[in-house]
Amino acid sequence: MLDTIGVSSAEDLFAHLPAETRLRRPLDIAPGKSEYEIVEYFRERAAETANGYTSFLGAGVYNHYRPVLVDTVISRGEFLTSYTPYQAEIAQGTLMTIFEFQTMICQLTGMDVANASMYDGSTAVPEAAMMAMRITGRDHVAVSRALHPEYREVLATYMQHQEARVAEFEYDRDSGGIDFASLESAIQPNTAAVIVQSPNFFGMLEDAKRAAEIAHTAGALLIVVFTEAVSLGILEPPRDADIVAGELQSFAISPSYGGPFAGIIATKEKYMRQIPGRLVGETKDTRGNRAFCLTLATREQHIRREKATSNICTNQALIALMATVFMTVYGRAGLRELAEQNLAKAHYMAGKLPLRFKGAFFNEFVARAPESVNERLLENKIIGGLPLGRYYPELADCMLFCATEMSRREHMDTVAGVFATEEAYAR
Amino acid sequence: MINKVREHPTQNESLLFESSSPGKRGYQLPDLDVPAVDAREALGAANTRDDIEGFPEVSEVEAIRHFTRLSTWNYAIDLGLYPLGSCTMKYNPRVNEAVARIDGLAWAHPYQPESLSQGAMEVIAALEAALAEITGMDAVTLQPAAGAHGELTGILLIRALLASRGNPRSKVLIPDSAHGTNPATAAIAGYQVINAPSNERGMLDLSELARLVDDDVAAVMITNPNTLGVFEEQITGIASLLHSKGALVYMDGANMNALMGVARPGDFGIDVMHLNLHKTFSTPHGGGGPGCGAVAVKSHLEPFLPTPRLARNDGGWTWDYNRPESIGRVRAFYGNFGVLVRALAYIMAHGGPGLRNVTLDAVANANYLRKLIEPYYQLAYEAPSMHECVFSDHRQTKHGVRTGDIAKRLIDYGFHPYTVSFPLIVHGALMIEPTETESKQELDLFVEAMIAIAKEAEENPDLVRTAPHSTRIGRVDEVTAARKPIVRWRPA
Repeated sequence: MLDTIGVSSAEDLFAHLPAETRLRRPLDIAPGKSEYEIVEYFRERAAETANGYTSFLGAGVYNHYRPVLVDTVISRGEFLTSYTPYQAEIAQGTLMTIFEFQTMICQLTGMDVANASMYDGSTAVPEAAMMAMRITGRDHVAVSRALHPEYREVLATYMQHQEARVAEFEYDRDSGGIDFASLESAIQPNTAAVIVQSPNFFGMLEDAKRAAEIAHTAGALLIVVFTEAVSLGILEPPRDADIVAGELQSFAISPSYGGPFAGIIATKEKYMRQIPGRLVGETKDTRGNRAFCLTLATREQHIRREKATSNICTNQALIALMATVFMTVYGRAGLRELAEQNLAKAHYMAGKLPLRFKGAFFNEFVARAPESVNERLLENKIIGGLPLGRYYPELADCMLFCATEMSRREHMDTVAGVFATEEAYAR
Repeated sequence: MINKVREHPTQNESLLFESSSPGKRGYQLPDLDVPAVDAREALGAANTRDDIEGFPEVSEVEAIRHFTRLSTWNYAIDLGLYPLGSCTMKYNPRVNEAVARIDGLAWAHPYQPESLSQGAMEVIAALEAALAEITGMDAVTLQPAAGAHGELTGILLIRALLASRGNPRSKVLIPDSAHGTNPATAAIAGYQVINAPSNERGMLDLSELARLVDDDVAAVMITNPNTLGVFEEQITGIASLLHSKGALVYMDGANMNALMGVARPGDFGIDVMHLNLHKTFSTPHGGGGPGCGAVAVKSHLEPFLPTPRLARNDGGWTWDYNRPESIGRVRAFYGNFGVLVRALAYIMAHGGPGLRNVTLDAVANANYLRKLIEPYYQLAYEAPSMHECVFSDHRQTKHGVRTGDIAKRLIDYGFHPYTVSFPLIVHGALMIEPTETESKQELDLFVEAMIAIAKEAEENPDLVRTAPHSTRIGRVDEVTAARKPIVRWRPA
């Protein structure tokens, strides 16, 4: 090959690089290792994390069973090692699964159009907010304090450079849902969107209908966010929303220390051309066959450059495929049954703990908990709830718990027992 | 003569919604060990749904057949050369997949106590250190989820630094050869985009750039090697120019496969850059993600990196949230951790010397293709090629054959096409990046196909213009798809 090129060594191919740009020493990285050594290294790292613990953490990352079929499908090289499906004739497999994904997300959320995925739920929120700003021509968003705190941080990062302002409104201290008086006072004439999460960060159901009325009266859009996708198996979808932004981690995506996950944006038909990210559409080929292709690309960065609806390019396609397989395996009856099991487990556990809020909840809830509870639980190889003081100083005496279909009664009883003991100490 | 492939039947398959039958199921949940709860009672009748209308109802075997059949309609790296320029479609080692699925890593919750997360944090620290060494930069954040997300992070860092000096400035210079995400990113970060023209050698022109740089310019976003596969030979001069005006240099690291162990951006004047771990570091593309757009910076930008930052204390690794100058979060949690595991496995497998060999082989493969294809296609620029080479369809357009036609005809020869019509500064571009993982045999088959298609373009242009002929479906009507968008299935 080198003879063909006309050089005596591959080094010669770098001769034109200016001397001052060249690295004159070897990289300070240990020489290559065997597959066995690599596997051992990661097994050791895995052993230094919480192996074999039972967890009641939720807060945007949920512990759901992953059907075996999911990894079977995504391990096929044709899905795993293909690129973005720009060449439709040899990417119909990926394109059709994305079309099915978009359809299922619409069926779940009650929207008309869903994109092919966003990075995650947290980045879907500012993308939805920017979409609302484009649609309304306004530059202000009102966001619930019961939206996931890290999602709010990401929103703030994006918004500060859009010359857009963000106002937060309160949750009701009694119910744990929207404080509607606070929402009304947060809205301004230039409010583009009202953003609420349901179930919210505390696990509480929000009255999206009422939030929609308030937003629409003010000429703003309503963005409804979800972090626990399994809830959509049983909850009435947010049909009054203009945009739904969410996270699909619950659909067979392992917690993986926070990622990779997959976000979605879904919306009404009339806003389709303002949706960010990739969309797959159905069409025909030259022979009259049904075919699928990426479409409405004139919204996107590779055509529109600085005038694009978003800068997003690579998204989370393989993760969206995991969710697609999950939705297929559980299907129409299964997703509901799964949601019912989550509901039952969480309500069983909540029934034994001192709840902070009075509203309706799905599989997460806030309990008043002495700090010592989590330490005692760790002794039982149980990771307890998320202490809320860091995010909500007024809830410093509270923790957020989550129970799923994976939570076993005996472990929930252990938690209840520890609570009883620690509370007795606290008194 | 087509030597790489011959036709074989593929299975037909309907949409899931069309093949569903009421009552079919592919799952079995365990019996509840707690009392059932009435959803309408617990949640309120108005808040519950009775049905997910249209959702799939298939058996397990139907589900696996559905997805397996669809998979056979895809081309993939596992089937052969995938020479998409600037996409770095290299082999994805399967050990990466295995280690990312080890329980302690795959099931680590981001909020579990730090004392029970040390192994995951160590993986992040090890990858940050390796990437800093490879790039010659001082600090790395792994929070961004993809290349464009890394670009946004990098530009926000520049904005934050300049703002801390009193003026964030208003303009970002972007070469006309740049990837579309660059201008889209600058716009989202609140900057006006100024186009910087390339010269006749396909490089950024220092004197032209000097004319454009003023006190309102915050940065230049440069790709090096650029999208023509050409090393920006004036890079140190460009960096000095920008720095002398108080501006910064951002590098899009999409083409880092050309530089590992050979040259480091941190040594040639770059202030901030992103890497695509799903390109250079072999984590799979997965049909369009997930990725990771790691951002590497020089020390003057370190205080502004997204929160939280990994830090060391007596107990080991900890997350530092007390970062008053940070641009804030760009993503929840700590990034696409599963992708980070895969990238670290790749770096460990190669090691320092191996990564340098990756680059040598990638550049040799590209130059081998260039040499053998050059007699048949118009080379876009004479400048030396690094990891990819770019041709124009100039000679073929005389026969009415364009780059998109040649690309489609390549499919009949058993290859995924190159990147079509990009960069925009080349008329009818064919942008070819073989990567280091291709053998001479595979490259020779590709050359054979390219030569055959060049002859077909002269002798039988219609054959090329109507390709592909051997695929399940013919050319797709993208115009109707966009004019009358059908983006979801609905019952007939």
